[in-house]
Amino acid sequence: MIGMKYMIRFENLSVSFAQKTGQLHAVNNVSLNIGKGQIYGLVGASGAGKSTLLRTINLLERPTSGKVFVNGNLINGLKGEELRKYRRNIGIIFQHFNLASSKTVRENVEFPLKAANVPKVQIRQRVEELLELVGLSDKSEVYPSKLSGGQKQRVGIARALANNASILLCDEATSALDPETTTSILNLLEDINKKYGITIIIITHELDVVKAICTEMAVMNSGHVVEQGRVIDIISNPQDPFTKKLISHTENFNLPEYVVKQFGSDSILRITYLGADATNPVLSEASKAYDVNISILHGKIDYISHTPVGTLIVSIKGDQEDVQKAIDYIKNKTLRVEVGANEL
Amino acid sequence: MNFNLQEALKTSLFETFYMVGLSLVISVVVGGILGLFLYLTTSKLFFKNVIVNQTFGVVVNILRSIPFIILLVLLLPITKAIVGTTIGAKSVVVPLTVTAIAFYARLAQAAFSEVDKGVIEAANACGAHPVKIIFGILIPEALVGLVNGITVTTISLIGYSAMAGTVGGGGIGDLAIRYGYQRYETEVMFVCVAILVVIVQLIQLTGDSAAKKVKRNS
Repeated sequence: MIGMKYMIRFENLSVSFAQKTGQLHAVNNVSLNIGKGQIYGLVGASGAGKSTLLRTINLLERPTSGKVFVNGNLINGLKGEELRKYRRNIGIIFQHFNLASSKTVRENVEFPLKAANVPKVQIRQRVEELLELVGLSDKSEVYPSKLSGGQKQRVGIARALANNASILLCDEATSALDPETTTSILNLLEDINKKYGITIIIITHELDVVKAICTEMAVMNSGHVVEQGRVIDIISNPQDPFTKKLISHTENFNLPEYVVKQFGSDSILRITYLGADATNPVLSEASKAYDVNISILHGKIDYISHTPVGTLIVSIKGDQEDVQKAIDYIKNKTLRVEVGANEL
Repeated sequence: MNFNLQEALKTSLFETFYMVGLSLVISVVVGGILGLFLYLTTSKLFFKNVIVNQTFGVVVNILRSIPFIILLVLLLPITKAIVGTTIGAKSVVVPLTVTAIAFYARLAQAAFSEVDKGVIEAANACGAHPVKIIFGILIPEALVGLVNGITVTTISLIGYSAMAGTVGGGGIGDLAIRYGYQRYETEVMFVCVAILVVIVQLIQLTGDSAAKKVKRNS
């Protein structure tokens, strides 16, 4: 069933490139659905094929086999004027912004409108709207070389949305920006998503980006989608070894070895809990009920898709039976508990 | 000295401007289009076609590898067919133009190749027709390189035009050779060379300031 529920649907999609050493399967038999109005994250190491997959949506890359449905329509075979018309509905922003250096901010934003033969009067009005949306109304006559990275990307966003796109593709759009600017661009994307209901697909190698604004995500590794689902589920409970590795790069916290030795590896617990559980005094209840001593060794709270996810690393000491009961109790009340320092 | 140096210089200067000016205008237009064509047929984002590209590339390379003085002689029949004569400044314009077309085509191609591929891709992704990408993005983005190419071509043309004397084309370089070298009138040579130096400097300065004007974004 290809209903209106999905904005984008990949069906057994493969993209291969001929290379001197043989075929390179950049995207290998990927099937994926992306819901309408979502902010969808596509993560993976560089060379995983995520950018190639993204580019099949506006056919900057042609699929070797498989199908791409957008808004219920098969788009693989589009050509010529049909393809150009279709592309006007899909904005894309890039890591290096790709603004024309010989054009002012206004002229850069004007270009897609001129390309779509929009009447002059409307172009003027639309450009003003767009520049206001991205907060650059005062920079309309400035050349890109005079702008900061974040401002350049804002121009990129205005240009991408010029023809009222219903999908916005973000190809490592924040990877060249500092953390503060990244946050402001992500906030802008989120605003646009809420305001216009545009489906946004974000490719990134930065997990923080996905955690900040995506609701669903897919993880790619060497051309395959290895895991997909809700961001909060995948980050708090990754299944695939590659995802685990990817997440541990940013999430993992290693206790100093002397601390592990001091408390004993077996007594150490890693507890993950979601927002709602955070207010329950689980640890103090466990220590009261089962005569165990609990020491907190490390703790933090992450915000994933605006939901707080807490991680606590504790040591739990006491009679073996009590300890086991306490662990079971905590397990019941939280999302996940991993026992033993090597599990961290 | 039984000739009027001032008069001779005036005539020669006019001949040089005539030869260089006319061939420059034609070669920038034709060579520019040829350079664009060479670029478009190498670029995957446009109309990559290896066979067409290499065919034209080989022709350009052949033209560029023939020394100008030989090309001038080789093209005599064609010159005759086009301008009706094989002597005089008019006839030199033909080989000069042919050489300059090949020369400027490569410079223009290089200027187009330097345009950021990502910018072209972005234009492509927004559903622009290739003609609009070429005129709206590619040429404006390559303009500084194209202008610099015109400067280099003009100066080369002045150099080549010195060989115009072979077919009685005249020009300032020819004056230097005939009087300054062949008739041992060294001062004529010096005056001609000094004038050429000044002209080339002026062209370079003009070209640079034009390029600067175009490069408003710096």
